[in-house]
Amino acid sequence: MNFTLHIWRQKSLDCAGDFVTYQVDNIDADTSFLEMLDYLNEQLITQGEDAIVFDYDCREGICGACSLVINGYPHGEKSATTTCQLYMREYKDQRELWVEPWRANSFPVIKDLTVDRSAFDSIIQSGGYISLHTGSAPEANNILIEKHASDEAFNAAACIGCGACVVVCPNASATLFVAAKVSHLALLPQGDIESKDRAKRMIGKMEDEGFGSCSNHRHCERVCPKGVSLQNITRMNKILG
Amino acid sequence: MLESFEPIGPLENKWKKHLFDLALVAPQNRDKHKVIVVGTGLAGASLCATLGEAGYKVSSFCFQDSPRRAHSIAAQGGINATKNYQNDGDSVWRLFYDTIKGGDFRARESSVYRLAELSNNIIDQAVAQGVPFAREYSGYLANRSFGGTQVSRTFYARGQTGQQLLLGAYSAMSRQVDAGKVTHHSRAEMLDLIMVGDKARGIVVRDLVSGKLSTHLADCVVLCTGGYSNAYYLSTNAKGCNTSAIWRAYKQGAYFANPSFTQIHPTCIPPTGENQSKLTLMSESLRNDGRIWAPKHIKDCEKNPKDIKEEDRDYFLERMYPAFANLVPRDVASRAVKHICDEGRGVGVKIHGKRLGIYLDFNKVINDIGLSKVEEKYGNLFEMYERITNEDPYAVPMKIYPAPHYSMGGLWVDYNLMTTLDGLFAGGEANFSDHGANRLGASALMQGLADGYFILPQTIANYLARNSFDEINEDHVEVKQALDSVKHRINQLMHAPQAQFSPEYFHQRLGKVLWEACGMSRERAQLEQAIVDISVLKEEFWQKIKVTGVDQDLNQTLERAGRVADFIELGILMCKDALNREESCGAHARVEHLSEAGGARRNDEDFSYAAAWEYLKEEFKLHKEHLNFEFIKPTVRNYK
Ligand SMILES: Cc1cc2nc3c(=O)[nH]c(=O)nc-3n(C[C@H](O)[C@H](O)[C@H](O)COP(=O)(O)OP(=O)(O)OC[C@H]3O[C@@H](n4cnc5c(N)ncnc54)[C@H](O)[C@@H]3O)c2cc1C
Ligand code: SF4
Ligand code: FES
Repeated sequence: MNFTLHIWRQKSLDCAGDFVTYQVDNIDADTSFLEMLDYLNEQLITQGEDAIVFDYDCREGICGACSLVINGYPHGEKSATTTCQLYMREYKDQRELWVEPWRANSFPVIKDLTVDRSAFDSIIQSGGYISLHTGSAPEANNILIEKHASDEAFNAAACIGCGACVVVCPNASATLFVAAKVSHLALLPQGDIESKDRAKRMIGKMEDEGFGSCSNHRHCERVCPKGVSLQNITRMNKILG
Repeated sequence: MLESFEPIGPLENKWKKHLFDLALVAPQNRDKHKVIVVGTGLAGASLCATLGEAGYKVSSFCFQDSPRRAHSIAAQGGINATKNYQNDGDSVWRLFYDTIKGGDFRARESSVYRLAELSNNIIDQAVAQGVPFAREYSGYLANRSFGGTQVSRTFYARGQTGQQLLLGAYSAMSRQVDAGKVTHHSRAEMLDLIMVGDKARGIVVRDLVSGKLSTHLADCVVLCTGGYSNAYYLSTNAKGCNTSAIWRAYKQGAYFANPSFTQIHPTCIPPTGENQSKLTLMSESLRNDGRIWAPKHIKDCEKNPKDIKEEDRDYFLERMYPAFANLVPRDVASRAVKHICDEGRGVGVKIHGKRLGIYLDFNKVINDIGLSKVEEKYGNLFEMYERITNEDPYAVPMKIYPAPHYSMGGLWVDYNLMTTLDGLFAGGEANFSDHGANRLGASALMQGLADGYFILPQTIANYLARNSFDEINEDHVEVKQALDSVKHRINQLMHAPQAQFSPEYFHQRLGKVLWEACGMSRERAQLEQAIVDISVLKEEFWQKIKVTGVDQDLNQTLERAGRVADFIELGILMCKDALNREESCGAHARVEHLSEAGGARRNDEDFSYAAAWEYLKEEFKLHKEHLNFEFIKPTVRNYK
């Protein structure tokens, strides 16, 4: 397969960026999207050019590092999928691809396709935990948890912190990300006790970090690679009362 | 002689007694001590959380953009503990026994026993943090069984156990960041260890965004930097996993133990083409219900598996190992799969004339318990498989093949998890650990967390209490020297005399040599040749490595080049170690020392030791930690 790639190149936050067009040929359909970029980078290095920078690590859809907007869609058009899990066979009909970084006020571009998502860490630091003294804990089976609640908590905890929900949101809000954590912990008896305070602190931090607030556009749920549901936002709103 | 500082006395009392003998730091003095933790995966994050909680000043570092993305996040299957909730006869002793036997009698008894003892606390800790482990309808925790054992002691969170455990540790660590006890640096790579006199006192760090180098100093340094399976280029590890931190430490004098003990995991998705950047593991838990088979006849290998009649299928693990069947340990399963494919009975695409794949079939379990139950158990794994291969495993059996997965080798540590360098500790996959020559499933998460939550916080306190630390600052000669040598090395990488080839090019070449010579089977002549080949590759690397861009910038090509340079040197040591070990044990299969049935033939008389290698300029010097089996008598590992 052959592709024409228009890739966002930007030297640093202070420099202006622009799309640069590259041609890649003879790509196997089973090549992943990121492997195609690797392949292009190998060519760039051979030509003596600076390779395109993009984030990745696990390449299995679990670490949340990869973060590309492809033809306008965070993580590409395919639903419930991270960028690293895209394969070129999905682009049979789209031979021209536009590749951009996550764009949001609170995720400043570092270089090319890489952005700074440390605001997410700050939000977790503001309260995304159970305030337990690490090192001492009661016998695990003393805390019984209804299976349904536990499964729901897991569904919320499946968030990989990628930030796609922010990028797609017209307000660049991180509400789904925050609600996923608030919900995960609130659904468990050992986490529920601090729920309200936790939610307040995390939402407060989210605003301090410059994310917008939620006005129910509902795009976030659609792009979330882990299917984190909007119900988590409803649950969080109830907790905040 | 290597001194392991194992306490003497009955096995059950060793750790308890040791805990009592360890010195403590009084609460009001703790914030006078600073500890550097490199790596914030399960081992590092849990350690930061615990040290912060205790009141020490902690500086932590990771190369990803957040601690939550460490490679631990990818662990799928589960974590062991001896809770015996299933009342199936489990006990601390049994987990200890299974681990020693699984490791083919090449691990230290006292350390392994302690690991088994601590396993239960880990589950308590994780549940209290909100880790959503699988549960039964009654609300109690659920378990499943995992390769190499006959009890059900594995706790799991769907196929994402590592993710949930890491998020637990990360949240506890984040709480300490908020409390001002832990200062964390993301996108920061340790490039060297700083020794002041005979003590480890700091690290040289490159800020991966700006490219700036800086030095960080403390009373001691802990490396929790993960494993080195990426030496093989293609492995199940995340792309960033590397050996650099421990290799730098090795070159500063820390001994490196059992470098050739690398685990090849049987159930991975087979490679498909040239551009492939990594291999994907399909969790071992699939072997609980999936049946492994290959066609009996070579002529059937190209057929659609559905068209191969039941009597023409060879369920070879069930045939060869009736007692453990599809649940034999990883090394045993991998060798059997290789054997079948070498016979020409592999399936899937042909690469270099061989089909590298066999079937993992779920037809029986789907018929037995129904599709929805199977979906609940393995849904996300099946989905992942389909996403990658474009084939539906509910309808067609999966194709799998072994791939490098875990490194049992690592920095040699004593019972206190301290390396041979004073003040340098190692935890998690970075140390040579408790898994001997082969790791059992669901035991790496357990070990990383035991190290981080429970062992290191105590032994580090002891070290801090028993030593005094001179004030040092960035102007100290040895600190400046360390910084200068890092600068020099970066310069060499940026400006090779005949810059021509990318880091990937060298990495792939190294991977090929290692996989052939030091992979699933090893043989003298091939290892000797590999050492020559890798040495040549090393020369060529420093002449021809091509790094574009500049060093004072985010430059992933430069990051990779530095890591590949270390992998190349490690590759030589892996082959040396494999060559030295004239026996087969666990994952280390020397062709010269296999039984006729392909089983590993250990040589306890000559090799009942951990091989700890010392770096002496261009030489490697072998030191031996003799392993005494006081409590379990080494036997032939038999899974029939
Ligand atoms: C696909 C897969 C599935 C697995 N499944 C299981 C399972 O089900 N059960 C089980 O028990 N085990 C499993 N394992 C093994 C287990 O996940 C790992 O052994 C374990 O998570 C390692 O944890 P760690 O904390 O030692 O290292 P890691 O999680 O790898 O963390 C390493 C840390 O070190 C940092 N680092 C590395 N080098 C540097 C440097 N130079 N400078 C700064 N920072 C650095 C990284 O940024 C990272 O924070 C699996 C492994 C793989 C590959
Ligand atoms: S909620 Fe979904 S889209 Fe948002 S950060 Fe989490 S995984 Fe990514
Ligand atoms: S690289 Fe880890 S989720 Fe994509």
